[in-house]
Amino acid sequence: MPAMTLYDAVGAALTEEMRRDRSVLVFGEGIATKRHDLVDEFGALRVRNTPLAEGIIAGTAVGAAGSGLRPVIDLLFAPFLCYAMDELVNSAGKLRYMSGGQFSFPLVTLAMTGAGWGVGAQHNHNVEAWFVHSPGLKVVMPSNPADAKGLLKAAIRDDNPVLFFIDIGLLHQPGEVGNDELVLPLGKASIVREGRDVTLVSYGKTVHHCQQAAEMLGSRGIAAEVIDLRSLKPLDEASILASVRKTGRLVVVHEANRLCGVGAEIAALVAEEAFAALKAPIVRLGGPDAPVAASYPLEQAFVPQPEAISAAAERLCHRQAA
Amino acid sequence: MAPIHPEIDLCHLLEQMQLIRAYEEAIVTGSAAGKFPGTCTSVGQEAAAVGVVNALSGDDLILTNHRSAGHLLARGADPGRLLAEVMGRSSGYCKGRSGSLHISVKELGVVLTSTIVGAELSLAPGVALAQNMLERAGIVVCFFGDGAACEGSFHESLNLAALWNLPILYVCENNQWQAFVHRREAMSRDHVADWAASYGIPARTVDGNDVTAVLAAAQAAAGKVRESRRPYLLETYTYRTRGHFEPDDQAYIDQAERQSWLNRDPIALCRDRLVADGCLSPGKQTEIADRVAQRIATAMAFAESSPFPAADELTRDVYA
Ligand SMILES: Cc1ncc(C[n+]2csc(CCOP(=O)(O)OP(=O)(O)O)c2C)c(N)n1
Ligand SMILES: [Mg+2]
Repeated sequence: MPAMTLYDAVGAALTEEMRRDRSVLVFGEGIATKRHDLVDEFGALRVRNTPLAEGIIAGTAVGAAGSGLRPVIDLLFAPFLCYAMDELVNSAGKLRYMSGGQFSFPLVTLAMTGAGWGVGAQHNHNVEAWFVHSPGLKVVMPSNPADAKGLLKAAIRDDNPVLFFIDIGLLHQPGEVGNDELVLPLGKASIVREGRDVTLVSYGKTVHHCQQAAEMLGSRGIAAEVIDLRSLKPLDEASILASVRKTGRLVVVHEANRLCGVGAEIAALVAEEAFAALKAPIVRLGGPDAPVAASYPLEQAFVPQPEAISAAAERLCHRQAA
Repeated sequence: MAPIHPEIDLCHLLEQMQLIRAYEEAIVTGSAAGKFPGTCTSVGQEAAAVGVVNALSGDDLILTNHRSAGHLLARGADPGRLLAEVMGRSSGYCKGRSGSLHISVKELGVVLTSTIVGAELSLAPGVALAQNMLERAGIVVCFFGDGAACEGSFHESLNLAALWNLPILYVCENNQWQAFVHRREAMSRDHVADWAASYGIPARTVDGNDVTAVLAAAQAAAGKVRESRRPYLLETYTYRTRGHFEPDDQAYIDQAERQSWLNRDPIALCRDRLVADGCLSPGKQTEIADRVAQRIATAMAFAESSPFPAADELTRDVYA
């Protein structure tokens, strides 16, 4: 299998889907400059640079999606989504329902976020939960190039608006990506490591931190199961519950602020559905209630690191033994 | 040559431009060596910053954006504290939280810097409203790019400023680029100044690479805002000669266009004119160059020896 970066995996998914379906088009601030191979293959009508104006980019995408096209828009960095909030939340998310189902909005919004670039809180803000909280929208955040490709292909084929978040820290990391036209269904988590003692649930770059934590735990005789959610809405509740019913312990980890983050929803889900299986309280590890600093050590300190995850999981395991 | 304020020494403006150039080149070199995160430089646009900032009074307020080094240094910011900020050190103007893209220096009247393109435009009316209601004399100068003029906030800001009679000098640095998109691909007009007319706001475009022309135009514009307490828009027409964000191979640019602007480098233009006028001897040129080099060396040493913020800084200053 060839290795490619997540950035290139996104390009590969766009290429395959644009070949497959003439109604797919992409636009954004500089996408035709940065992905000129797409312009070469599909022409300037289907691959467009736009003015610097997120509101009208998103609004145009919503209008086009409701009228027969399948736009993919690149809004660059997640904080810039604030300028497109009305179009995504009030139009894309609601006008299907509010019109009695007359319209659908097959559109994908790409946005990068997460630690790794050191440019501060107006580029790095993990806002996934805002969109999970907004009806009518789906939310995806892959942890590796192969998943990025398969999930983006599914997102483009989906008849709903999908927010597709790309972790800046993973953007240039290579990974194996199959040549096949693999489409990964939205809403299906991946068990990246099996274990019987504790469940670590995460998405994006902290999946890798959980895997490193699982290694550390393994050397201390604790078998951790690691679940990569891949999509946050729909959420693969069945996989989470099945794992916790097996291990009896849960640590949810994400880079996004812990307060009202996706981890809170997962903790509530498990408390409601699998309370009897729990051998210890649920633990959530996430960013603090603070904007992210540009300064490198503070940017890194914001993110749950493998040592902290491993220590939290170990405490849960010993708590039961004590 | 346009008439300018008698007390302004052109050699001083030249030195400021050279300081800005040397400061940004130090960052470019440092980021290539992995010492700094990347940054947005204003190389080629120094005259646009220096000309406007030197037309202002000490009590005027400045809103700037991601490409702010020229505005900050011309306003008198310490290059050492700026470099420390870019390196994420605790002695930086924003304690290392900002990095290069959102540096505010309240003590110099550089307020509310945001890297969200168009944010300066949406914030300026409120800053000007406070100046009026708190009976402060200073006007508000809002620096933004041609790209920002494409955001809705530009149009909303101008409409409100005109409607509420707000003392804002809008300064559009039209540097031909909106990150990786040429403004021709993104604007329905060549000039942002044209858009001001539809809001009843007087506007003018000036050669942004000619520091004396910018200074004269900015003095006139600031004077108008001060007298009328109404908005004015000055467009400085210039060119970003380096990439959008370091490092940037600039593979996407039209080399002929870039070269035509390089031939009108603002520092060379100013220097040549001073020499031709007999105001800049070779000795004085060396003196300026040495002083600039010394300031950058001192600044770099200060920044590099400054500590990173302590871990407990992570959650400080979030709430008042
Ligand atoms: C809302 C928003 N969209 C996109 C960006 C990414 N970005 C940063 S600077 C820039 C170009 C800005 O162009 P312009 O306003 O002309 O200013 P210049 O960089 O040329 O000084 C872009 C697209 C951003 N920071 N904020
Ligand atoms: Mg510009």
